[in-house]
Amino acid sequence: MLEHQQQKLIHTFSALADIGQEVAHKNNFQEMIQTSLHLLLGSLAIMRGGVARYSKFGHELNFLAVRGLGDDFPLSATLEMSDEREFLNTGMSEIELSQAKMLAFFQRYQKVLSRKKIEMIMPLIVRNELVGIVFLGEKASGDPFSKEDKAVVQAMARHIGVGIHQRNLMAELARRAEENRQLYEDMRLTYKDTVKAFATAIDCKDKYTEGHSVRVGKYSEIIAEELGWKEEEVEGVAVAGYLHDVGKLTVEKNIINSPKRINAKEFKELNKHPAVGYEILMPIQHPYTDVPLAAKYHHERLDGRGYPDGLKDNEIPYIAKIVNLADSFDAMTTDRPYKRRRPINEVVEDMQRNSGTQFAPELVTAFCSGLLKEVQGKDKSRRFRRLLGPEYLEFEGLEPILRSALDDVNATSSLTLIASN
Amino acid sequence: MKAELQKQEERTATIFAGDYLNKITGEKIELECRRKIQAGCDTLVVNFSETEIVNSIGVSILLGVIDAASQAETKVVFTEVSEDTSQLFEMLGLTNHVTMQ
Ligand SMILES: [Fe+2]
Ligand SMILES: [Fe+2]
Repeated sequence: MLEHQQQKLIHTFSALADIGQEVAHKNNFQEMIQTSLHLLLGSLAIMRGGVARYSKFGHELNFLAVRGLGDDFPLSATLEMSDEREFLNTGMSEIELSQAKMLAFFQRYQKVLSRKKIEMIMPLIVRNELVGIVFLGEKASGDPFSKEDKAVVQAMARHIGVGIHQRNLMAELARRAEENRQLYEDMRLTYKDTVKAFATAIDCKDKYTEGHSVRVGKYSEIIAEELGWKEEEVEGVAVAGYLHDVGKLTVEKNIINSPKRINAKEFKELNKHPAVGYEILMPIQHPYTDVPLAAKYHHERLDGRGYPDGLKDNEIPYIAKIVNLADSFDAMTTDRPYKRRRPINEVVEDMQRNSGTQFAPELVTAFCSGLLKEVQGKDKSRRFRRLLGPEYLEFEGLEPILRSALDDVNATSSLTLIASN
Repeated sequence: MKAELQKQEERTATIFAGDYLNKITGEKIELECRRKIQAGCDTLVVNFSETEIVNSIGVSILLGVIDAASQAETKVVFTEVSEDTSQLFEMLGLTNHVTMQ
């Protein structure tokens, strides 16, 4: 007999150990609950039972797993506030159905519970919160639950309660993360719209270069993409392009719109726009930190002959170098009052020639490779054609020119690298 | 006489508990038993020759089989149960519901 008892004890204790493992290590919540119910029923050979999760918000009890309760067992039940209070008062100890008659919950569900031979229930309480209820039927032996049995049920139920509680926390965390993501997304959209509105406002001021800021934004975006930058970085560069000339908002309209080349004094006035742009953009909380710098330094050149500060190569923020190339490309490829736009082959040659003096060589490469993709029909978005007009790229021999530009620039760039080492 | 014996054999279904019984996948064994019971067998034999031990999951699954059988008034027979397991079944009261062979 003693040996028999020992057999049973080992059996029960292994179930207890297994349920702990199950709750701690299973990622699949549904399977964890199902297995836990098996372990609980099997440890004491209880014929039937179920695990229900309590949702505080809906005051609803939903069964996550049931065994032996039949198809007609209701899988959800409503808990009144008073029921919840009563369960919390009971704490995590068993309630035998025979003694539970005074609880309102049992009065409501008594019929189905006794028809299903539920003998005992155990509220699952974790950190003073009701997270669920375990329902248990009769033992296979027909014996009543002993004191030891109840202790085993309580210990195992505690594990299940913790499992449900953890799941609730995870769900809450996921919900908050999703809420944050949506909030962030909304903010990003608002920011984007604001940026576009600004770009349009800037471009309105300059009737000859209509759409300039938007195009510079798009070209900058293409360059960053060709560099293989991450999505949000690409977005940041595009924003920098959209806003690079924001300082022009304060420059006299007649200087910007002058139909002839402007004089030195007017030039000085116009050249203030990078610094003014920086002042405008600096106080704004951008999702991308370099946006004001791009405005300030988009007229700098690698060789130090740019303005406002005459910075050299490494001193110029990278984002400003990108916007500078995009800006120059747009200046060369759009008509101005005093000058028609130049054919694409000349523009490519110009970029090539100025690579290393005005433009960063690897950016010229990136830009040419983006252009080449479109010329070769590899880029189905036709974004250059949409920005430049459909015929502009129909230049015979453009493909070899771009190819040689790529080879050329690559050579220059590696030379620069050796020299700088 | 022979025909009758054969008929009787046909109405007895045998299921091997195997090793899977002790995992959640053991639910497949329970499902198989339920199918046999539904198909109208009047004796369900569960053979434990390939089952070394039975843990709590295994017991729970066997209780599911017993429950389904009792509703259909199908007789359940456990055969080739090891001595340890047999003791365990007795202590847990499973033997009240099945015939041990
Ligand atoms: Fe500018
Ligand atoms: Fe510009």
